[in-house]
Amino acid sequence: MAHFESCVSRLEMISGAAMYLGQVTGTVVASQKVEGLVGQKLLLVQPVDEGRVPIGGKQVAVDTVRAGEGDFVYLVGSREAAEALENTFVPVDAAIVGIVDDCAYIGEGTPG
Amino acid sequence: MRLCRVIGNVVAAEHHPAYDGYTLLLVQQVTPEGKQANSTFIAVDSVQAGPGDRVLVLSEGSGVAQVLKAPKGPIRSVIVGIVDQVETCDGVAGLQN
Repeated sequence: MAHFESCVSRLEMISGAAMYLGQVTGTVVASQKVEGLVGQKLLLVQPVDEGRVPIGGKQVAVDTVRAGEGDFVYLVGSREAAEALENTFVPVDAAIVGIVDDCAYIGEGTPG
Repeated sequence: MRLCRVIGNVVAAEHHPAYDGYTLLLVQQVTPEGKQANSTFIAVDSVQAGPGDRVLVLSEGSGVAQVLKAPKGPIRSVIVGIVDQVETCDGVAGLQN
């Protein structure tokens, strides 16, 4: 449980502050939604770290790059997520903004 | 702004048009003493930083737009400086690139 809590707070810290990595795990269909979200594709995403290890729980993100199930993507969180859409005044707090082809991790304890 | 270390890069051919032409780097927050903190995230580079560099990361939409000289878009964090040295109150020069 403590591990889960630390994962959740870690995720909040990352998604609230920056762009982060995720893995698409499914789609979400909602026929009744607020006006600004009509026509937007919603995907279920598991945030992951650089080693593709899951961090925290899954979240729903709006897709802007035609990502599909299984894709390794990067997302933008907070207010800037809405900026990814044409209409920027929408209630969105996570948006998929790129499909990752390669993510080189040089590891810890390198130079300096 | 946060002190971070560049730990890798991210290549994404398919991306939102706001990211056209930018280099994405994987950064990890570090303490002033240089120890790794928990969070790893992605930031756009604006200072030609490279893997291993200790950097300063700005995470705020309007500031980012100003730095990138672009209209406000879906970019939340940008690397705005390469850190040479950090001096703390107790006189310890923690970070040295």
